[in-house]
Amino acid sequence: MNEIEKKILEEVSSLHAVPMSGAHNIRLNGKLVSRGVTEGINILSKKDKDGIDVFIKRGTKNESVHIPVIVSFSGVKDKVYNDFYVEDDVDVLIVAGCGVNCNGSSASGHNGIHTFHIGKNSKVRYVEKHVGLGDNEAKRELDPVTDIILGENSVLIMETSQLGGVTKSIRTTNATLARGAKLIIKESLLTSEQDIVKTMFNVNLEGENSKVEVVSRSVARGKSCQEFVSNIIGKNKCFGHVECDGIISEKGIISSTPKIVAKHPDAMLVHEAAIGKIGEGQIEKLMTLGLDKEEAEREIIIGFLR
Amino acid sequence: MLELQNVCYEIVVNNKKKKILDDISFKVDDKQLVVLTGPNGSGKSTLSKIIMGILVPSSGKILYNGKDITRLSITERAKLGLSFAFQQPVTFKGLKVKDLIDIASKKKNSVINACDYLSRVGLCAREYIDRDLDSKLSGGELKRIELALILAKNGELNICDEPEAGIDLWSFDALIKLFKEEDKTFLVVSHQRRLIEIASKVILLSRGKIEAEGSYEDLKEKLSSQICDRLEEGNE
Ligand SMILES: Nc1ncnc2c1ncn2[C@@H]1O[C@H](COP(=O)(O)OP(=O)(O)OP(=O)(O)O)[C@@H](O)[C@H]1O
Ligand SMILES: [Mg+2]
Repeated sequence: MNEIEKKILEEVSSLHAVPMSGAHNIRLNGKLVSRGVTEGINILSKKDKDGIDVFIKRGTKNESVHIPVIVSFSGVKDKVYNDFYVEDDVDVLIVAGCGVNCNGSSASGHNGIHTFHIGKNSKVRYVEKHVGLGDNEAKRELDPVTDIILGENSVLIMETSQLGGVTKSIRTTNATLARGAKLIIKESLLTSEQDIVKTMFNVNLEGENSKVEVVSRSVARGKSCQEFVSNIIGKNKCFGHVECDGIISEKGIISSTPKIVAKHPDAMLVHEAAIGKIGEGQIEKLMTLGLDKEEAEREIIIGFLR
Repeated sequence: MLELQNVCYEIVVNNKKKKILDDISFKVDDKQLVVLTGPNGSGKSTLSKIIMGILVPSSGKILYNGKDITRLSITERAKLGLSFAFQQPVTFKGLKVKDLIDIASKKKNSVINACDYLSRVGLCAREYIDRDLDSKLSGGELKRIELALILAKNGELNICDEPEAGIDLWSFDALIKLFKEEDKTFLVVSHQRRLIEIASKVILLSRGKIEAEGSYEDLKEKLSSQICDRLEEGNE
């Protein structure tokens, strides 16, 4: 791995070196470069297509799996299918980062299709970071898809971020929740220049007392354009809350389309959206503390997307 | 330390000029505690914001340590040593109390250090340091944090707009010490008798004009209708 590749690895996975202990699978320019498994977590390459199956055994607790993907050549269009089979009574952290560094004019990208099959009474924290690096000419495209089947009384906390450098991106998250299941999604997006991002959340609240909370915070700068679409369907006594908070600056555009469908008398669904530029008062406050306008805006945005 | 010369502030409402501040001149000397008081709408917040640079006067001059700062930005004034506590504290999404303390003091504080500022304004620091500075904090908590930021910034001239608002009167008594004991200059907008009594000077504003200026003794009669007496009543 060269310096740039190491830098991306660090950015997307908070890992500093390969090889590492613990369960992991590192993919560089479409090839496997390192894999580790543990007693509770096994990783196997798929036979029929690109990608891996990650098996997490019943009762596995306090373990983590890192599966970073690095694309450092221009013109690489990587598409992988990663399936996570999480059995019952599990408590793990999954870190799946994807970094694309490329220069030059041909487009590079990565489409990761991640599917979570989560059993009963399990708790998974899933952290996903998308990073684009390189000069402005190059196109970097990332189209992640996340499919979630969440079993009874299980919890999935998904923290996903894409903070700049990705030219074009369609992000899709689909989830179906069984009885008592809880899905918490925290998304942070930053776009600039001419970037285009569309992010979609389709959540089916099938089971009684299932619950979803989506908080999406986005900043659109330059002439970038973001579209947020959510579709939450409550088919049982359930709770759903979607919050879309956007900051626009320069000529950035954000659109937010909420759809909430209550198909059960005890479904309780809420959608909140607020889009606007940074509050004048917030900038003034930080200026009274000695920051100039640009520094103030930067601090506000860093905090907002954290 | 601070001198205002003939400061006026006009706005245009429905095509008509409205004078919010009319020919304001006064001085604040080094290490003084000056209290600015007056009825609602008399122009106290407007005047404070003009001194900090948040609003620009229509005419008149502001001198700070002899230097004309009338055209300086908020940032430039902050760097010269002015600090400001808002009447309505500003909230953020995602910035933590500790982040603001670090920004104000221009360094990464240790938790102990950061907690010290909060303790001095009567907050049980550990509970607050990691909280977002957002509207989930109560009004009184926000006002105290606003003061803690003034302490963290360690400016020479501290302008505080109604620091007592939302703070229970018993603990305000303890806060008053801050304005007197700190080795700094304070210009405080207030209706609190306790604060007015210990002020080096009181300025009474009425309909955008200075109606009276002097010590508490000098202004006692004029002020009697102005000040908030509830503290004494509360203690009885
Ligand atoms: N942008 C504005 N548009 C219209 N009127 C304004 C504006 N800003 C201030 N004013 C008016 O100027 C006057 C002074 O306001 P200011 O907020 O300075 O009063 P104050 O003395 O701080 O009052 P309070 O004790 O209620 O805080 C008020 O009559 C207010 O309505
Ligand atoms: Mg006011």
